[in-house]
Formats: sequence, structure tokens, C-alpha cells
Amino acid sequence: MNQPLHHPTRVVNRGDRLFRGILRLFGLVVLAIALLILVELWEVARPSVERFGLRFLIETQWDPVREQFGALPFVYGTLVSSLIAILLAVPLGLGVAFFLSEMAPRWLREPVSFLVELLAAIPSVVYGLWGLFVLVPIIRSLELAILRTGLSRVPLFSGAPYGIGMLSAGVVLAIMIVPTVAAVSREVFRAVPDSQREAALALGATRWEAMKVVFDYGRPGIVGAVVLAWGRALGETMAVNMVIGNQPIISASLFSPAHTMASVIASEFNEAVEPMHVAALAEIGLALLGLTLLLSALARLLVLRVERRSRGRQAAQGVTSP
Amino acid sequence: MAVPIRVEHLNAAFGPFQALHDVTLTLPARQVTAIIGPSGCGKSTFVRCINRMHEETPGGRVWGQIYLGDEPVYGPDVDPVVIRRRVGMVFQRPTPFPTMSILENVVAGYTLLPGRPRDLESLAERSLRQAGLWDEVKDRLRDSPLNLSGGQQQRLCIARALAVEPEVILLDEPCSSLDPISTAKVEETIMELAQRYTVVLVTHNIQQATRVSQHTAFFLLGRLIEFGPTEQLFTNPANEQTEAYITGRFG
Ligand SMILES: Nc1ncnc2c1ncn2[C@@H]1O[C@H](COP(=O)(O)OP(=O)(O)OP(=O)(O)O)[C@@H](O)[C@H]1O
Ligand SMILES: [Mg+2]
Repeated sequence: MNQPLHHPTRVVNRGDRLFRGILRLFGLVVLAIALLILVELWEVARPSVERFGLRFLIETQWDPVREQFGALPFVYGTLVSSLIAILLAVPLGLGVAFFLSEMAPRWLREPVSFLVELLAAIPSVVYGLWGLFVLVPIIRSLELAILRTGLSRVPLFSGAPYGIGMLSAGVVLAIMIVPTVAAVSREVFRAVPDSQREAALALGATRWEAMKVVFDYGRPGIVGAVVLAWGRALGETMAVNMVIGNQPIISASLFSPAHTMASVIASEFNEAVEPMHVAALAEIGLALLGLTLLLSALARLLVLRVERRSRGRQAAQGVTSP
Repeated sequence: MAVPIRVEHLNAAFGPFQALHDVTLTLPARQVTAIIGPSGCGKSTFVRCINRMHEETPGGRVWGQIYLGDEPVYGPDVDPVVIRRRVGMVFQRPTPFPTMSILENVVAGYTLLPGRPRDLESLAERSLRQAGLWDEVKDRLRDSPLNLSGGQQQRLCIARALAVEPEVILLDEPCSSLDPISTAKVEETIMELAQRYTVVLVTHNIQQATRVSQHTAFFLLGRLIEFGPTEQLFTNPANEQTEAYITGRFG
């Protein structure tokens, strides 16, 4: 434990220097690409930013023909659909992860984990198709059933039973991000030292109760998993585009057609000819980027807090003399 | 209340590998019994059989019988959770729960489980006093346990085990990651514990065994070689393998 610190000796070797140079270049290229994207997007979006300012994000009318560009319905659709997805996917994903790391017999763990990761590799168009042909009819009959019970007086369940809409989008998104939640939190659970589980069991906890300890220990990592999955849900385009109905409506109803930021860009960019329309779409892209960055920053902040805490932990273990 | 531990023809295995062979002995109540022997001889396996932790290891199997007083530890209608409440355990490395405060750690045995007693604070104080840690932490009960020294963390784990009022305390090399001063404190705690509990102490340190234990069991290759009063075992061992071990000729 008291080994002297290793000071890296100066790199004199030529191969080493070359290698370093190349690696640095790679790093810079990534940075440059990111910057370029930002700059380009900004350039294209500028007319819209200059004309509408912040109002762009709170206006609710989106009518390219009359050059009315308010992005709130898309922001709303992105936030609500991803929130529905998170609410559905997190418990499910955590359950799967918990099962895989704590309960499943050993021989079952690897194959099932592999299958879960495979789910993440399915192209999103395929999820969209599945959503359209399988999920939407199911949601529609659910909506019909609700309509008959009279529950449709509740704003959350009001409106015509199209099937296509916010709820379908949320559910498809949920299915798409379950693998992310499950895979990441399985790693988190596995990283919890066995000594923690044993300590809980030795206190007379049942397996279920010992799980609380595992959960607590891994909580920061689980938050990370949720943020990661949320980021995915925010940016997901194709599958959502196919099942959400693509109408810029802000409605309290889960059954109402809606639209998202990613989806409106995908569906309108091809037809957009007016410069202002293109600019407005680009600004939505900027806003989406901003939203994603905000989320990443949040995640980093959480991770930092955890790291600070675990540094304290190492210090406590290193210094054993009072 | 403290009960003797009667071990009868105990065997334990990891899958195909048998780690304990036919161990029979009785660990007396209100005394410290030291378990010694070279690394890998089955000391940890032995104590983990007493609180039924061995079966939590993948492939872990146990046969034979152990009695706490008159009650069997193994049997179709014995709940391991109940046994673990009666038999507390402290591990080699301190295992505080990092997200809980010092106070919460001590009472974790209650908060993790349904149905908690009302006065957790006074319960925590009592356990911390028993573990000899109260004076050092009484002003920072809400702090993280990670800011404690290793020795303090270990005594915190002892307090946590005591809080659920077990009858037996198993300590598996509790001092092996501690410096001499912390070790002395933990040893003091262990001797105090022996007034109320049946204490089983696994140790690699022969001096430690002579300092704190009344009885000593010597294991070798999964077998109990010799068991007797500590003083006798160390001054006048009946078995020559014991003698070889304690005089440092192997192990
Ligand atoms: N999880 C496991 N799987 C398979 N074999 C194991 C496992 N744990 C321990 N063993 C084996 O069981 C035997 C007894 O191990 P045990 O941990 O009880 O020894 P020990 O006396 O406590 O050693 P130490 O002094 O190093 O802690 C050893 O031979 C070890 O290799
Ligand atoms: Mg051991």
C-alpha cells in the first residue's frame, strides 16, 4: 500500500512519440467533428433563431405554409413520450437486471443476457413496424374499452381511439430502451461486492431484503442507466415517427396523436423548401441537441458526486492507523 | 442468551471439493474459542457453516449437524434467516454499508427487515458501547462510515452484528486488515463480548489466540486436528502436527 508513486519517465522513444501524436490527432478529429456539427447547425438555424428568439420554444402554432413556427408541441411530445417510456422501462429493466444478476440460475444468465443485448441491436424501423402492426391495434382496443367504461371523461384518457398516438409511441420507446436499462443496471448490480450481500444476509436479511443493500450501493449507477436510456428515448426517430401520428398537438390525453422533435425533423426536412422552414427545423435540431447535452451534463454531475464519495471510501481504507 | 455450539460430524463441500471432513467438537458458551490453522484449511468454511452462510456460496453443500444449545441448525424446517439472527458474523474486511450513516449501519439489522423496534437510537448506543466504539463516534453518528478508520469500521460491523442481539458471534480474521492499535482495541472488544456471547474467532495470529481465547481448535486440510484449552494446546500440544504449526515449522 505504501509503494512509492511511479513517475512516468519522459517519453524518448520515437515510436512512442509517433503513437502519441496519432492518438492526439484522433482525439482532435472527434472534437472537430462535434464542433463542425454545432457550427453548421447553428448557421442553418440562424434565420429562425434571429427571427423568433426564445419565443420559438414556447409558441404552439406550427404552420409552415403561413410561416408560423412554434416548437412547443414537439418539445412537449419528446418530453412526454420519453417520460412514458422511462416510467414503463425502468421498473421492467431493473427487474430483468435483478433477475439476471441475483436470481437466475447460472446457466440461464449468459444466454438471457445475450438475448437482452440482442434486443438493443434490432433496427428501429423494425420496432416501428412491429409497433404499427401489433402494438397499435392492441392500444386501439384498449382505448375502445376505456371509452366504454366512461373513463374517457378523464382528460388523460379522452379523445378518439386512433391507436396511433402518444401512448403507442411511449410504449414502443419503452420496449426499445428496456435493454439499455437492463444491460447497464445488470453491470451495476454485478459490480456490487459480494461482501455487501453477505453482510446483509449475515444480519438475517432475506434475499429480497439483501437486495435493498445492493440497490442502495448501486443507486448512482442505476441513475446513470436511467439517464442513458432517457437520452436514447429523446433522440429516437424512426419508430416514434411511425406510431405517434405526427401532428403538432399538445393534449393532456395519452391517446392523442402527437409529434416529437426528432420525428418532425425526419418527416419534414425532405419537403422543406422555404428557407425559414429549414431554419426552424434546424433550430429544433439545436434544441434537441441542447436537451441531450443537458441530460449528459446532469449524468456527469451525478457520476462526479459518486466518485467524490468513493474517493472518500478509498482514503478511509488506506489509512488504518488512527 | 449465550448457548454452546455442538458440532457433530460436520462436512462441507464446494461442488466436488470437500473442504471439511467429519468435524466434531463443542464450543462452550460465554468463552472465546479460537480457530487456527494454515491458509486454506477450512477455518472460514467452518464458521460459515455455523450461521448457514456456506450454502450461499455457489456449489456449497453441508452435511452433519450443528446444535445451538439443543436446537438443530440444519433441518428441513429450520429457516436459515432465523439462524443468522441468532448467530452474528463479522468478516475479514470491514463491510459497512456505504450509503448509510454510522447510526443507520448499526441498526441496519432492523431497518432492512420489516417490523422495527421503536427506540433505534438507544439501541445503537448500547451496541456501539458494547463494541467499544461509542466514545469515538458519538458526535458524528450521522456521518458516513467511510470516514472511519479501518479498525473503527470493523468495530462498527461488530456493533451492527450485536444490535440484533444474537447468541453467538463469529469473527473471521477480524483484525487481519488492521494496524496494531486498532487490533488491540478490537481484541479488547472481543474479550468483553465473551462475557455475554459465545464467541468464535478465526485467526492467523497465534499470539492473538493466546491473548483472547479460552479454547483453541487447530484445523489442517479440512480436518480438526486438535481441540482443547488454549493454554494447554499451545504449551503442551498432544498432536505433533499442532506442535509443528505453533512452533512455526510450517503453515
Ligand atoms: N468458493 C469456493 N469454491 C471452491 N473452493 C473453495 C471456495 N472457497 C474456498 N474454497 C476451498 O476450500 C478450502 C477451505 O477454504 P477456507 O476459505 O475455508 O480456508 P481458510 O482456512 O479460511 O483459509 P484462509 O486462512 O486463507 O482464510 C480451500 O482449499 C479453498 O481452496
Ligand atoms: Mg478464511
